[in-house]
Amino acid sequence: MSDIASRVKAIIVDKLGVDENEVVTEASFTNDLGADSLDTVELIMEFEKEFDIQIPDDQAENIATVGQAISYIEGAK
Amino acid sequence: MELRRVVVTGLGALTPIGNTKDEYWDALISGKSGAAPITYFDTEKFKTKFACELKNFNATDFLDRKEARKMDRFTQYAMVASDEAIADSKLDLDKINKLRVGVIWGAGIGGLETFQQEVLNFADGDGTPRFNPFFIPKMIADIAPGNISIKHGFMGPNYTTVSACASSANAMIDALNTIRLGHCDVVVTGGSEAAVTIAGMGGFNAMHALSTRNESPETASRPFDATRDGFVLGEGAGAIILEDYEHAKARGAKIYAEVIGGGLSSDAYHMTAPHPDGIGVIAVMKNCLENAGIQPEEVDHINTHGTSTPLGDVAELKAISEVFGDHAKNISINSTKSMTGHLLGAAGAIESIASILAMEHGMVPPTINHEVVDENIDPELNLTLNKAQKRDVKVAMSNTFGFGGHNACVLFKKLD
Repeated sequence: MSDIASRVKAIIVDKLGVDENEVVTEASFTNDLGADSLDTVELIMEFEKEFDIQIPDDQAENIATVGQAISYIEGAK
Repeated sequence: MELRRVVVTGLGALTPIGNTKDEYWDALISGKSGAAPITYFDTEKFKTKFACELKNFNATDFLDRKEARKMDRFTQYAMVASDEAIADSKLDLDKINKLRVGVIWGAGIGGLETFQQEVLNFADGDGTPRFNPFFIPKMIADIAPGNISIKHGFMGPNYTTVSACASSANAMIDALNTIRLGHCDVVVTGGSEAAVTIAGMGGFNAMHALSTRNESPETASRPFDATRDGFVLGEGAGAIILEDYEHAKARGAKIYAEVIGGGLSSDAYHMTAPHPDGIGVIAVMKNCLENAGIQPEEVDHINTHGTSTPLGDVAELKAISEVFGDHAKNISINSTKSMTGHLLGAAGAIESIASILAMEHGMVPPTINHEVVDENIDPELNLTLNKAQKRDVKVAMSNTFGFGGHNACVLFKKLD
């Protein structure tokens, strides 16, 4: 697992209170990991802070799964 | 229409001297102080370096980590105390009509720590407003009853009353009247507060409201003592299940006491100072007696507001003498804030619980830390100094007064 992927997963485990094994690439924040709309906003903010990037709202709307978050951040770095 | 009778069928307490109703009572009658040096933050530059914090409390023992993280401490405390009270009431949540169960809560401030933390984060940044999406819903004072209703599915009236230190007494009176009028069968009421924070301590210190007896925190809250120098900030929650008497009787519930009346008034005088003649305080006790339809001579115990401030304590006792006349000296008067500190919006709830338990046990908890007689206080008054007193309490009054001049008073009666 890349460094980015492991840091993204750690944030998701922490913020959503889910088991690490559930945080698979295709897992959807809302459908699989129990996030509500506020959780999703918080996750995006944590990614911005952790990786020192800006994720515009229109881009954030397209980040709905663990894999999408990892590839977005990899592209932004 | 005939008003319904309202009774207390469940209690829950999370206080600086005990984390359950039973631990709280044991500490109350043994005269235990909850004050100690503050552990939550560095107090080096603070005038007051102590408070009544909760002891050995971990929210995650009661709430899952994800749930706890989305709640300010004042909501976490509310969840824990209300769970205890609901369990104590033995209400069968699968059988009752949840449309007729309300939650009316009291909080003087709300999520102060959450507010403080978010603003500090902003101030540390480059001006970009990176506020957490949970900031507002965690902070607002009405989120505690909101979360209680979400957890249990209670769909009746749901809100928080805010009247500073009178908040939870206001909540109880609203709960009483809601059931009296037949709008609800059950109301989860009480209050919670978590203001032992940098902003809370700094703010109250700036008002010169807090004791600065740093050399002896456990003796700092000393209501009615001549050397009292301000209140000691406390935190926690008290929860009370109020229920329609017929509803409680039909399910064979344990009934602690009947709530026979509530009184409300305002000083209309000053933002923080009590009225020197206590006119608002006199009015609230009279209102309460009238609302309950009883005579002053029937009251045998008063848990005072008694915060240990120089002006407030004397004004309240003078008002008691004015309202009760010669009978005042027969009343077991106390201030349990001598032990718990001042829980602000939760004060009325935990002090009402103390009075209800005093009825149950036939024992009035003491006003601890009394050393020096205050010559401005009538020596004939029984202030239950330093040691619990046996007393068959049949009617108990609980007083709370809030900054802003809000006065609230509740009367409880033992069922025959």
